Amino acid sequence: MIGFLLKRILLLIPTFIGITIVSFGFVRVLPGDPVLLMAGERGISEERYAALLSEFGYDRPIWQQYLEYLNNLVHGDFGNSLVTKQPVLSEFFTLFPATVELAFCAIILAIFIGIPAGIIAATKRGTFIDQSIMGTALVGYSMPIFWWGLLLIIVFSGTLGWTPVSGRISLLYFFEQKTGFMLIDSLLSGQKGAFGSAVQHLILPTIVLATIPLAVIARQTRSAMLEVLGEDYVRTARAKGLASRRVVGVHALRNAMIPVITVIGLSVGTLLAGAILTETIFSWPGIGKWMIDSISRRDYPVVQSGLLLIAAIIMIVNLLVDITYGLINPRIRHQ
Amino acid sequence: MRKTPFVLGCFAAALLSSAAHAKTLVYCSEGSPEGFDPALYTAGTTFNASSKPVYNRLVEFERGSTKIIPGLAESWTASDDGLEYTFNLRKGVKFHTTSYFTPTRDFNADDVLFTFNRQRDEGNAWHKYTEGTSWEYFSGMDMPALIKDIVKVDDNTVKFILNRPESPTVANLAMDFASIMSKEYADSLEAAGKQTDMNQMPIGTGPFKFVAYQKDAVIRYQAHGDYWDGKQPIDDLVFAITTDNSVRMQKLKAGECHVAPYPNPADLEALKADPNLEVQEQEGLNVGYLAYNTKVAPFDNAKVRKALNMAINKQAILDAVFEGAGIAAKNPIPPTMWSYNDAIVDDGYDPVAAKAALEAEGVTDLSMKIWAMPVARPYNPNARRMAELIQADFAAVGVNAEVTSYEWGEYLKLSKDEDRDGAVLLGWTGDNGDPDNFLSVLLSCSSVGGSNRAQWCNKDFDDLVNKAKASSDAAERTSLYEQAQVVFKEQAPWATIAHSVVFMPMSNKVQNYKMDPLGGHRFDGVDLAE
Repeated sequence: MIGFLLKRILLLIPTFIGITIVSFGFVRVLPGDPVLLMAGERGISEERYAALLSEFGYDRPIWQQYLEYLNNLVHGDFGNSLVTKQPVLSEFFTLFPATVELAFCAIILAIFIGIPAGIIAATKRGTFIDQSIMGTALVGYSMPIFWWGLLLIIVFSGTLGWTPVSGRISLLYFFEQKTGFMLIDSLLSGQKGAFGSAVQHLILPTIVLATIPLAVIARQTRSAMLEVLGEDYVRTARAKGLASRRVVGVHALRNAMIPVITVIGLSVGTLLAGAILTETIFSWPGIGKWMIDSISRRDYPVVQSGLLLIAAIIMIVNLLVDITYGLINPRIRHQ
Repeated sequence: MRKTPFVLGCFAAALLSSAAHAKTLVYCSEGSPEGFDPALYTAGTTFNASSKPVYNRLVEFERGSTKIIPGLAESWTASDDGLEYTFNLRKGVKFHTTSYFTPTRDFNADDVLFTFNRQRDEGNAWHKYTEGTSWEYFSGMDMPALIKDIVKVDDNTVKFILNRPESPTVANLAMDFASIMSKEYADSLEAAGKQTDMNQMPIGTGPFKFVAYQKDAVIRYQAHGDYWDGKQPIDDLVFAITTDNSVRMQKLKAGECHVAPYPNPADLEALKADPNLEVQEQEGLNVGYLAYNTKVAPFDNAKVRKALNMAINKQAILDAVFEGAGIAAKNPIPPTMWSYNDAIVDDGYDPVAAKAALEAEGVTDLSMKIWAMPVARPYNPNARRMAELIQADFAAVGVNAEVTSYEWGEYLKLSKDEDRDGAVLLGWTGDNGDPDNFLSVLLSCSSVGGSNRAQWCNKDFDDLVNKAKASSDAAERTSLYEQAQVVFKEQAPWATIAHSVVFMPMSNKVQNYKMDPLGGHRFDGVDLAE
């Protein structure tokens, strides 16, 4: 198992270097530059333009800029935003907990509904129940997220008044965010009603963000279960007279979980990269919107270091998925 | 990790316990501020969160107008030659006392000198206090070339000495970049090696003091108890950052905010019909235009330009692009601006006459480009659509137009080229309420190759504008600008398209809110009904 782990970790190094090249190059191949965008319609004189480019170091050859970027990274300096003048790392870690909190809630919801729904659909294959579940999953999978989010807001917040429209907590509550996770901070604050308010604010964004992963997990679980349920060992288990619940829940489910875990792992990676649409609709201060805003402003340091940090997190999640495989399936870790 | 200050314990408890009594106004703002030092930035969203609530200027724009009124300067005088402006500073003005700074003295001339010297003097320790510091507005308004020196006469008197007489100077000092900073605070930050806090934890003399900013989520302010113009009617001001237009309006309807800017035009009817809401509206201090390149044939011929202007159906553009939130423009300055010449008659929509006029000038089989901006701006919410409508209008008079576009930064850069191929859609939003800010910046000979996208240099027009700039007689200036607009209309370097109308929906509990013609959102003087 240790050899398996080491191999996986060593593989991360070339991937990481590749990502620095891609993230550095990506924003520079886009037309337009940050200095011109900063000046806007008011324009900027050629001398001032040259002076600012030189100050940011963007007048030097691209390979020099890249090497300096790498050198800074090795020294833990991810650069400062051109717009806010704040360190990128500090901005990232200010916003990342909001993304994690929402992603965590969404994936939990998707797993706890998606897997049972997939199992039920598989065991009731071809019935009305199966068709209803899979039909709903298909609708969920095809749902335009922006429309879906607005619809939920209009119905549940606007018409029924059951949930708040957007934000992370009621503006009445004001406390220091020690961890950045609103559920934890609201508990730590000791303010009455703060935790409840944070939960209320999470409901709609969680549902919206969980919609697509839930549909994917349900469909994947169903097809994996169907495959496993046709295996000889399942037939043997049934022939031995085991209860159907035990056959499905123990013998079949564990083996069916491998492709499902792949899907969950991929979903977690995507969710942690920031849910741009959900964050925009629900005014959720996460990293997805931060990245998009920075790309449109050509804020080079934020884009290149932000991409790198997000990629690093996705790589770590993938590593964890690989380890989980190993735990579930001994054949993989012994390969 | 987090630098945002929090006034903890007592303050939070006090805020909550008094929540029932405190008047808290919630403004659902459309975006996050880039920082809190307004001189570093040019975006209105940043000014709304920084200079408007937290700071004052020597002179101020009167709420709801572009009239200049005393601010931190009680009065001012100009020398006869227009080269010296002496400001008498207000006494007893207090800077904010917060959890991170306690001032020991009142506002004085040192603060004024610090504010401007950090922007104009490259040797000043604060000139480059944070990475990539650039004083865009100060440079953009040509202040480095205009100001020769700023002199402290005594603690309560400051003199601005200019290199040339320029009457919009006082109006410039009411702009956001001229917000007065505390030198004492700057010194304390410098001593602690925390200069960058100037842009994150602001200290000013303004109506509200900064309390906390949770990035991309919430900004909190508290009324400044010792404000020189009296404490504000509300106790707390909160900016809830909500970037999506539709969601902002839902929050307003649900009572989660009291004021929410920039509604979708399609939502206006429903908002106006809501008995709990009021929708204020005002013409924006802006203009959207199509600038021909007057250096390239056949657009160097004013008759051709005027003929093309007659081919454009502005009403169709107002209906389709502005969805009713705009009015047709006939002058290069908006109707709310002083010296607007209402006597001018626009080139009416007449495709038949346009075609005849083009043929009379020998222009047949003309092919041209129309540049469409890739972004939505207040003066042009959908340039691509506008360009397509103009393209169809031009086709009707036998002109074959091709719509072209570039990335925004490239667009701004390439459209300045003097030999540019094609007519450019662009616009302008006023900075200081002075006509010079439109006519000189956008149409003078000195701006050719820069912000004068028509590359138009007309001696008559230029003489009038320059004469007005040097005059301090308001009546004379008005007359000169009115004449300049006549020249503009005769020469038609642009097709003036539209001035947008800005809508501001708010809860009907909000009292005494006045829309700012300069496009800002100000909450000083605003109250909330119980």
